[in-house]
Amino acid sequence: MKRTVIPIGPYHPLQEEPEFFKLYVEGERVVDIEMFLGYNHRGIEKLSEAKTFDQSTFLVERICGICSTSHPFAYTQAVEDMADLEVPERARYIRTIIGELERIHSHLLWVGLAGHFLGYNTVFMWVWKCREPVLDICEKVTGNRNHYAMFKPGGVRRDIPNEAKPEIIQMLDKVTTFMQMITKAVLDDPVLHARLKGVGALSKEDAIRYCVVGPTVRASGIPRDIRRDYPYAAYDRVDWNVVTAEGGDVFAKAVVRLLEIFESAKIIKECLKKMPDGPIDGDNKTIKAGEGIGQHEAPRGEVFHYVRGDGGNHPVRHKIRAPSYVNIPSFKATVVGETVSDAALILASVDPCYCCTERVTVVDRHSGKEQKLTEADLVRLSHEKTQKIKKELGEKKSPLERLNLPKPGR
Amino acid sequence: MSLATWAFKKSPWVYHVGTAACNNCDIEILDCLTPRFDIERFGMVLVGSPRHADVLLVSGVCNKRGAERLRDVYRQTAKPCAVLCIGACAITGEMFRDSYYFDGPPDRIIKEVDPNAIIAYVPGCPPKPEAIISGAIKALSVL
Amino acid sequence: MTPERLEEIKKKLGSLVKNTVVKSPRRIYLYVEPEDSFKANKIMFEELKARLCTASGIDTRSSIEILYHWGFDDDHCVLTVKTQAPKPFPEIESIAQFLKGAEWIEREITELLGVTFRNHPKPGHLVLDDDWPEGLYPLRKDFDQIKRGFRE
Repeated sequence: MKRTVIPIGPYHPLQEEPEFFKLYVEGERVVDIEMFLGYNHRGIEKLSEAKTFDQSTFLVERICGICSTSHPFAYTQAVEDMADLEVPERARYIRTIIGELERIHSHLLWVGLAGHFLGYNTVFMWVWKCREPVLDICEKVTGNRNHYAMFKPGGVRRDIPNEAKPEIIQMLDKVTTFMQMITKAVLDDPVLHARLKGVGALSKEDAIRYCVVGPTVRASGIPRDIRRDYPYAAYDRVDWNVVTAEGGDVFAKAVVRLLEIFESAKIIKECLKKMPDGPIDGDNKTIKAGEGIGQHEAPRGEVFHYVRGDGGNHPVRHKIRAPSYVNIPSFKATVVGETVSDAALILASVDPCYCCTERVTVVDRHSGKEQKLTEADLVRLSHEKTQKIKKELGEKKSPLERLNLPKPGR
Repeated sequence: MSLATWAFKKSPWVYHVGTAACNNCDIEILDCLTPRFDIERFGMVLVGSPRHADVLLVSGVCNKRGAERLRDVYRQTAKPCAVLCIGACAITGEMFRDSYYFDGPPDRIIKEVDPNAIIAYVPGCPPKPEAIISGAIKALSVL
Repeated sequence: MTPERLEEIKKKLGSLVKNTVVKSPRRIYLYVEPEDSFKANKIMFEELKARLCTASGIDTRSSIEILYHWGFDDDHCVLTVKTQAPKPFPEIESIAQFLKGAEWIEREITELLGVTFRNHPKPGHLVLDDDWPEGLYPLRKDFDQIKRGFRE
């Protein structure tokens, strides 16, 4: 059996280590995939049983670095559902604004990494530079670039001062103008069409069988969005659209994420306009016994928290389900039948939390040679395919080069 | 100062190992490469193998599997190698200290392999890219 | 979810439902016996076209409670099917036989709580190491967290 080790993970250099993904190949085609977890298991559900309801918000934030605020968002709703706590109006709007700011910088991160995988490193640098103003605003408003610690059961911890509103709107205008250019460049580029269309397609039936969520399911044409289906916070008080695409391939997933950035900017602007004055905290003193469920549409999909309490200060049980947990098994349906050079892209298109994607092994069912590839080799395979397609189509410039942007300064 | 030390300080090659992290520190490390912070002007380059590394960036809570990996990686690096523990999780284990799967903190794992290891700590959750760069420069200036 | 729609769902499930708790129009909890849980969940997925959000396991004194959370997106409601797997050898029929989305969650409940899912297509460890000691279930209430099973 030929063993080829291929890591998946942007800038997560590989060692010769136990694998996370095992791709079974015949020649260039992938015929099967196995997945192994456990590298990031920290026992958070058990730790949560020892913490008070208020302390758990800090714990669940650190489940994932990039969807940091999604977990407290769902968790506080679970506790509020259990104990029938009322959330003040202003707190609802603040929660929505923070959730959408996170969605913008998470999707920008994904666009940059997708560019890196395809071989367009300039896109990576430009988009991550564009991400910095978003993180600056988050720091100004909440105090930290990530892990905001804004949520608590019954409200939020800090207010968004009215003086910050013009700055936020200015930043959103800057980001959306830049992303409009990038979106147009991506949607019109024939190389990207040839590279991404039809690759890693997830059919509607498979999307239902694997119970996938988030942009992954919306790219397969199923309009499933927790913000619309189970309205919470201020999402039913503002006007916005659910973005879907057809085909379920990598191109459709990219389109859904790019267009969602504009929807998020729209939601934030409307929230800033409609936000009423008032208290930001329900000031609840007791959490009564019961069970509750909280959901939130994170940038990757639905986050689901279930909490049961017995009237005391600590939860009896806290169940956490992150969106990548249901999205990653769908690789079995999308990567089988594709080539190894597309495998990295398909795995990245689901936007898994990097905590999960660290290592991959490729096993050839026929030959008997051993071969080890590093992360650089995997990215190189992907770049080579892009170059090949570029040559076939006679395209000399990349999408960004055609835009004639000035060189990024310091 | 020998030629090796001068070369080491002038252009340290950096290898990142993540042990059960929430990945926020890892993203801040990647942010260091982007135009605003740009560690490449210090000659720092992210490499793909620990054998080429002068500086090891460790992030994350060391769980059982992460600890095995960290020991292997540290053995493979060429000495002298400075270890930088990035973030509160890598320094003390933060709030995951009491977990049943915790096997860190990383400096204990590294001291098991090499009691004289050079270890520096960059606190924060996550530490800002400026803090990471400043920590790396401070660690190198000690040599 | 409207009361009429709930009646429709309960009619499809028939006599399998032993108890209903309507916490709010968006949160409904149904209780079924352990032998009926496979049939009830099959009806939920195949006939009622619900989406499995996840499944939770809770250690209570006499049994492990298993909750299957089904999302009815069009009715804006999460309907939970509760059942119990009695100790000391909790066992229940696996729904991963017809639902791919349930494979991982059942494996996780097996290794963290010690519930056996009969006829699971791919049993085995998911998050814990293969050399994690047998019989040690972290999420059970009698598990000593500080002792840490793998380090003596």
